[in-house]
Amino acid sequence: MKTLMKGNEAIAEAALQAGCRLFFGYPITPSTEIPEYMAKKMKRVGGTFLQAESEVAAINMVYGAAAAGERVMTATSTPGFSLMQEGVSYIFAAELPVVIVDVMRHGPGLGGLGATQADYFQLTKGGGHGDYHPIVLAPATVMEMVELTYLAFDLADEYRNPVILALEGISGQMMEPVEFMPYRPKALPPKTWAATGIGDKPKVNIVSYVLANEAGELHNLHWAKKIERMRAAEQRYDTYRMDDAEFALVAFGISGRIAESAVDILRAEGIRIGLFRPISLWPFPTDGMRKYSRIRGWLSVELSAGQMVDDVRLTVGSGTPVHFFGRQGGMTPDPEDVAEAFKMALHNELNAGGVR
Amino acid sequence: MSVVFERTRGLTDQSTHFCPGCTHGVIIRLIAEVLVDMDLLERTIGVEPVGCTGFCENYFACDIVGAAHGRAVAVATGVKRARPDRFVFSLQGDGDGAAIGLAETISAAARGEKISSIFINNSIYGMTGGQMSPTSWVGQKTATSPYGRDVELNGQPLDLPLLLSQVDGAAYVASVSVESPQEVIAAKQAIHKAFEVQIAGLGYSFVSILSTCPTNWGVTPVEALSWLESKMKPQFHLGELKKPALEGVTGP
Ligand SMILES: Cc1ncc(C[n+]2csc(CCOP(=O)(O)OP(=O)(O)O)c2C)c(N)n1
Ligand code: SF4
Repeated sequence: MKTLMKGNEAIAEAALQAGCRLFFGYPITPSTEIPEYMAKKMKRVGGTFLQAESEVAAINMVYGAAAAGERVMTATSTPGFSLMQEGVSYIFAAELPVVIVDVMRHGPGLGGLGATQADYFQLTKGGGHGDYHPIVLAPATVMEMVELTYLAFDLADEYRNPVILALEGISGQMMEPVEFMPYRPKALPPKTWAATGIGDKPKVNIVSYVLANEAGELHNLHWAKKIERMRAAEQRYDTYRMDDAEFALVAFGISGRIAESAVDILRAEGIRIGLFRPISLWPFPTDGMRKYSRIRGWLSVELSAGQMVDDVRLTVGSGTPVHFFGRQGGMTPDPEDVAEAFKMALHNELNAGGVR
Repeated sequence: MSVVFERTRGLTDQSTHFCPGCTHGVIIRLIAEVLVDMDLLERTIGVEPVGCTGFCENYFACDIVGAAHGRAVAVATGVKRARPDRFVFSLQGDGDGAAIGLAETISAAARGEKISSIFINNSIYGMTGGQMSPTSWVGQKTATSPYGRDVELNGQPLDLPLLLSQVDGAAYVASVSVESPQEVIAAKQAIHKAFEVQIAGLGYSFVSILSTCPTNWGVTPVEALSWLESKMKPQFHLGELKKPALEGVTGP
């Protein structure tokens, strides 16, 4: 049965369905519906909602609950996400399964509440210190938020790694019909590594420091292997009209939805264009993108000064032109703007091939 | 022949890294002894800070989670909320609990978080080589107060247990020290009471223990003990600053 729900609330409900039993957070627009929903509904499932004194405290409470072996989540928005970065780095190093939602707002500074995707670098390049990677998932619809929230908890447990859901404020606030499919957990080994007391298992230490350089390097190499495993297995993307495409837009989240309409506009003009929509921002879906080697030009459409475009360039190499179009400061382009920007940016390539 | 003292099974066999004469080791042992005395070891999860007690996962025989600097109480909150049936304690230095983690400390107390915090106050940042702390005494020379702590510049030392005794959710607040056998016994009793308060579900319990840092104070271990008494003790309110009115909450 479908219900009409805000993105933020759908994520919170999906988390409960996926067995999340603890939520720690600090209010910040435009993510606040998530803690508010949890405050209301956590009791229903016998879980714990706690409003922390800051995002710094919240992420460390999350760390503690995950260390004790429970499914736990926090949600925040850009400035709060910045405050959490030390904690995310510790969570990675301690190999704890944690789900974090970043409902992005624009910056830098206090910024504003409008739609943005300018946390891309912070999300995907390791916002905190050290060599680490959270898995980062970017839903484009409320339905997809539910699916990816289910997935996030499984991936976090499977890899014992932080998983971040990244969405724009506009998507978190948007209401859409949504259906909660029954959550079917992935079969995963019991959490024997968790700190639950030595009553029923050998002593556990969950620490993240390594003082001897030789041992430090071994740890980093161990994590590097895990990073490679995640990179190989967890790339996700969607495509739209890419089958016969000569050109492609690449966009995630809300930009992906705008770009989809832009594809239709350009197709109506006879341009063979498609959309490549990364769903996992990290790992970036390089393998999928490289399948489209015949694409003669890419346009990365983002709500930022151009961040993901770097990854597109790294993926397709220097042989193919990769351009960028974006709006900033909370502004979103219309599909017509994107279509126009595409024609301007790829003017030469379009003419070389002729408009068909 | 009767055994008057033995190594507690609350500790592992590993020897500690503490400097000679450092009283941190005494405090660790007291905590371990109380965990055993109260039969808590099997269901205890300890949270260690970043600081000179940040390697205690090697010494305690119970499960230990290592927190980021200043966040031990937040991490302990997460652990306890996830496992309300477990016994949870946190260790913190004065830099950890009274500077970078002050908000977490007071907030946990305000929530009446059912954890026990052992705050080891040596009036200096031991781990990082002897910088000034919020609890350094006026005139104390440290690496970052080379001319002595200056009230104009740094204010007076912060009396954290006194502050916490004003917070409703803090059910038990004690301020003790370890420079003599009598003080060690009193410190152990305070830890015992703090742990009982958690078991009884009364709220946050906090024990501040004055400790030495001969290495960074630049004195011998014996001098350090007399410094503790003459220089540190006058800075802080001492004793049980707040105790719950509850029968059965008594010392060992
Ligand atoms: C975010 C962060 N800031 C600073 C440090 C460096 N640091 C480690 S321990 C410490 C203070 C230690 O002093 P205290 O908490 O009093 O404990 P002690 O070592 O004296 O027992 C500092 C500043 C750190 N590890 N992390
Ligand atoms: S530096 Fe100071 S507090 Fe740390 S172990 Fe040595 S004496 Fe103890």
